[in-house]
Amino acid sequence: MRRNGKAGIAEPGPKPGIQDHSGQLALCMIAPAILYIAALIGFSFVMAILYSLSDVTTGDPTLRIVGFQNFGAILDNSVFRLALKNTFFFAFTSQILVILLSRIVATALMKEFRGKWLARFLIMLPWTAPISLGTIGWLWMFDSIFSPFDWILRYAGLLGSPDALLGSMQNLFWLGVPGLAMASVIIVHVWRLLPLATVIQLAGLSSIPRDLLEAAEVDGASPWRRTLEITIPLTLPIVSIAFLFGLVFTFTDMTVVYVMTRGGPVHSTQVLSTWTFFKGIEGGDLAQGAAISLFLFPVLAGIAILMLRMVRKSEVV
Amino acid sequence: MSRARKILGRGGLYTIVGGFALFGAFPFYWMVIATFKRDHDLFNPVANPFLFNEPPTLDHLRLLLFDTHFVTYVLNTLWVGLAVVAITLAVAVPAAYSLARWAKGWGETLGIGIFLTYLVPPTILFIPLSRFASALGLQESLWSLILIYPTFTIPFCTWLLMGFFKTIPKDIEEQAMIDGHSRLGAMFWVVLPLGISGLLTVVVFAFTLSMHEFIYALTFISVSAKKTVSIGVPTELVRGDVFQWGPLMAGALIASIPVAVVYTFFLDRFIAGFTMGAVK
Repeated sequence: MRRNGKAGIAEPGPKPGIQDHSGQLALCMIAPAILYIAALIGFSFVMAILYSLSDVTTGDPTLRIVGFQNFGAILDNSVFRLALKNTFFFAFTSQILVILLSRIVATALMKEFRGKWLARFLIMLPWTAPISLGTIGWLWMFDSIFSPFDWILRYAGLLGSPDALLGSMQNLFWLGVPGLAMASVIIVHVWRLLPLATVIQLAGLSSIPRDLLEAAEVDGASPWRRTLEITIPLTLPIVSIAFLFGLVFTFTDMTVVYVMTRGGPVHSTQVLSTWTFFKGIEGGDLAQGAAISLFLFPVLAGIAILMLRMVRKSEVV
Repeated sequence: MSRARKILGRGGLYTIVGGFALFGAFPFYWMVIATFKRDHDLFNPVANPFLFNEPPTLDHLRLLLFDTHFVTYVLNTLWVGLAVVAITLAVAVPAAYSLARWAKGWGETLGIGIFLTYLVPPTILFIPLSRFASALGLQESLWSLILIYPTFTIPFCTWLLMGFFKTIPKDIEEQAMIDGHSRLGAMFWVVLPLGISGLLTVVVFAFTLSMHEFIYALTFISVSAKKTVSIGVPTELVRGDVFQWGPLMAGALIASIPVAVVYTFFLDRFIAGFTMGAVK
């Protein structure tokens, strides 16, 4: 880009002002965005790493580097190990369900039928409404006494009588029993992320060329074969993106667990993000909190690399 | 035969769609029921919980609007949302314009930059940011949210707007510049009015994203009168250990539905921007 300055000015370009200054102008226009992000996200990320290597607490905020002892202490904690296991279990289980169900919804929504706009609005509601408020609705639905699910089960004779299949208690106590509490949290996450995955799958399905499917049909390929050999391979990149996005959301979300169970009963639904909050903010141990949160980072980095590859691949196709 | 199969297929389609619509909407139906039910009816484990067994009441709504901070939460949310929208527009519009018009390798770099911000989610940042906010004296202040929410609205909205600006032909602004506008003048008077639907989309998303946000608000704000809807309703409408389910559901319902309706109109664009154009 080195140019003789005098010659540059002397040249009678048609639009000198634009050509010469657009580089600087471009830089000036983009600088605020980059600075904003770098200052807040970049700086905080570096601070999170420094915190995790220090012994900083809310009571004593001076930063003294103590090395990796926080990580050792965290790994020794059985609640952390449980939270790590729960995070993986709950992210993968809910995302596998989301992908399977969203394919069914998307296939149905590809067809034309009366009242489609209403069905679409209702199906999208969980994503468009604020998550903490939707979760509050679920909290009331999983109430220990007044749960409508328990009422239906009692009504059907499956619960609450001496010889009932699910026991003689009047209630199942959804959020009070470890296995059921985990199931409840997974249900809410599936509910929340199904709309996003459905829209992505819809885009994938509508990108398949019509003639391809029609040609296969003319050639006598059965619906099963068309699905297995055309639809699934062609939508795989987009489905993978939906899956990876969902994983990022479930790995990093703490709203659902926080509102529903606060990690209980006895930490059976504790995940890394809630454990970070309870240790770091409520417990005041900023150093350990930061260290716990950083355990998410390698997983997210792996997911991001996979996503970048997928995006590239789908562009090639 | 084929007619019978067709009817069966239709039936199956409506069953599937109806089932999923019910799954999506049921919690909100449940909020409606709880909002208007009398306590005596609401807390009756025997009676059919899906229906009004006693005449509906407005008591819960009255309690919510006049005896709690709910209206304050709504106003706080509006204020934070609008301020975040203003900052996002001021920063993202020039950035997106600049990228759309002059980016060669930059577009790619920005894409990777957005991925990097996904990599460092609020769950990693909220601890250092809470110290940062209190160092600035913004603890317990809505300004802390206004300062921090643009960290997730700016990358996303820049990306979205860049797509919109690229669809506007360069000739139009070159013509405007020949007519005597400067580069910035052309952007302001010619390109932005053409990209108005893009700007509107960004306004809606910046607002809904900040309204949905939970972790930062929960971490930075603990004074009741300073809370936003998304944390105020779940944390404050509980007196002691007693959940006031009626008002609680009313609050969740009132705050959810308007934003859901507006959001729905823009959903497809949101998804397109969200998946970085991988989904077209």
